This record gives sequence, structure tokens and C-alpha cells, in this order.
Amino acid sequence: MSAHQDTYAEHHHDETHDHGSYGSYMIGFALSVILTAIPFWLVMSEVLAPRTTGFIIVGFAAVQIVVHMIFFLHMNTRSEGGWTFMALIFTLVLVVITLAGSMWVMHHLNTNMMPHGDAGMVHDMSQMP
Amino acid sequence: MATQAPNPYLDAHGAPLYHLAEEPHHPEGSSTSLGFWMYLMSDCLIFACLFATYAVLSGSFAAGPGPRDLFDLNLVAINTAMLLFSSITYGFAMLASAKGRGGATIGWLGVTGLFGAAFLGIELYEFAHLIHEGATPMRSGFLSAFFALVGTHGLHVTFGLIWLIVLMVQVGMKGLIPANMRRLMCLSMFWHFLDVIWIGVFTFVYLMGMLR
Repeated sequence: MSAHQDTYAEHHHDETHDHGSYGSYMIGFALSVILTAIPFWLVMSEVLAPRTTGFIIVGFAAVQIVVHMIFFLHMNTRSEGGWTFMALIFTLVLVVITLAGSMWVMHHLNTNMMPHGDAGMVHDMSQMP
Repeated sequence: MATQAPNPYLDAHGAPLYHLAEEPHHPEGSSTSLGFWMYLMSDCLIFACLFATYAVLSGSFAAGPGPRDLFDLNLVAINTAMLLFSSITYGFAMLASAKGRGGATIGWLGVTGLFGAAFLGIELYEFAHLIHEGATPMRSGFLSAFFALVGTHGLHVTFGLIWLIVLMVQVGMKGLIPANMRRLMCLSMFWHFLDVIWIGVFTFVYLMGMLR
């Protein structure tokens, strides 16, 4: 009984949202600047192979999204009794299904498409014996 | 223990109640932040669909121009900086509002609005430039998906700016009342969320586009 009561009280208590502090905003800002500048520099200076650069900048984007979530959106596992975090995880699952599913299905659809007299397809047909 | 309020979800004997005689009272606005978060998550799904569309169509040039012919990374870098600056200045507005300083809050909101307007201006300049060069949304699947994704983000920023101006007027008229604090928090989530989406846009559309 008391466990149930506690969560109920907590839910009401949690209205005072965490606004962060000057320090946490500045840490988030500094990290964001670094995490933005490095990918731009990598692509503009072309110091690495395109494939390597691609993997690195996607990694940097993922880290920067987490930085923004924590330092700017004040995301944590406790606010609203954990429901914001649950909604976020559910959304992430749907996002992954949408992106991966679309690319997977459409890639196969493109590959198995009948030649159509398309510019690209004409080129492919010229490779045929 | 004796002073604890009775649990509204249990009857007098401690058995669970499935149909509450009276809904537990929620103070006004107590569920706004959770509800707004749900909206942002659904918005996130819209962008997921647009990103998926772009991922599928990003190679369909129809013998038209590709990312390397069209994008100017210097412009995108400036744009990204504008949005990032507007994020931190919105943070300063939130800190000022938490301290109860209405004037400073409006001031920082104004700075945020200027950065946001600069972002929009640069984006509109880029779009106008592309269309002038003949790279319209009708040109190829790649360009349709590009304009749909980046344009939807730009529309969100536009509505965020309108909301920001309205909120500046509201804070100016009524001060930092609880309702305005709630609105400030909602716009804060919206604004930072748009910055998160922009991270995906500049990485996957612009930077990855230049690597093709």
C-alpha cells in the first residue's frame, strides 16, 4: 500500500521542473560547439577517407543529441515519475523501425525493379551479355 | 503513518479500486509538461518519416544536380551556429525566469528570436538560391525529399518564432506568473527539440551529402 502511495505523492511533487544551472548550460554549449565543429572540419578539409569520415560524423551526431537531451532538455529517468523517459524510449524504437525498415524495404525494391528505360537502368543493361 | 492521506486508489479495506468514485485532483497545469513532451515525441515521428523518405530518395537525382553541386557548407556552418547560439540564449532566458527577473527574461528571449530569425533568413536565402538555379522541389526525388525535410524543420522554427514573440508580449503584460512559467518551459522544450532535429539534418543531409 505504501509503495503505491509513494509514487502517487511523487507524481504530485515532481511539478517543479529541473531548469538546470548556468554551469550545466555552458557545459552543454561547449560540448555542442566541439561536437559540431569537428564533423564540419572533417568534411570540409577531407583529411580522412569519405567512409571513415561518415562513420565518425554519425557518431558525433549521436553523442551531440545525447548532450542536448541531458544539458538542454534536462532529460532524466526520474521526471514525471519516469514517463517522459518511457515515452522517449518508445519513440526511439519507432524511429529505428521507421528508418531501418524504410531503407531496407526500399533498397530491395530498387534492386529488384524491372529495367524501365531509366538512365541508370540503361547503364545497367549495357553491362549485360 | 497515521497522518498520511488515504490512498485514492484503494478502498477502506485496502483492496484496489477499479472505478474511482472521484478523480484524484490534479493542480492546473501539472500535466502540461508531460503532455507537451508527448507532442514532441509525435513530432519526432514526423521527422523520422521525413528522414526515412530522404534516406530512400537521396540518390534519386534524375540526372539533375546532387548535394555537391548545390550545398555550401560555409552557409550551413553559419546556420548551425545561429541555432546553437539561440539554444544557449534560450537557456539564459530560462535561468533569468527562474530567478524571477522578467526584464532579463524578455531580453534573452529577444536575443533568441534574433538568432532564430537569422537562421530562417539564411535558410530562405539558400532555398531562393537553389530555386533560382533550377534546383526546385520538382526537379528530382532527391530535391523533393530535401525541401520536404528541411522545409518542415524551417516551418517549425517559424512557428517557434511566432510563439516566442507572443510569449514576450505575455511576459511583458502579466509578468512571470505560473502560467507564463509553464509556457516558457514548453517553448524551451520545443526550441531545444528543434536544435536536436537540426543535428540530424546537418549531419545526414549536408555533411553526408558532401561525402557522396
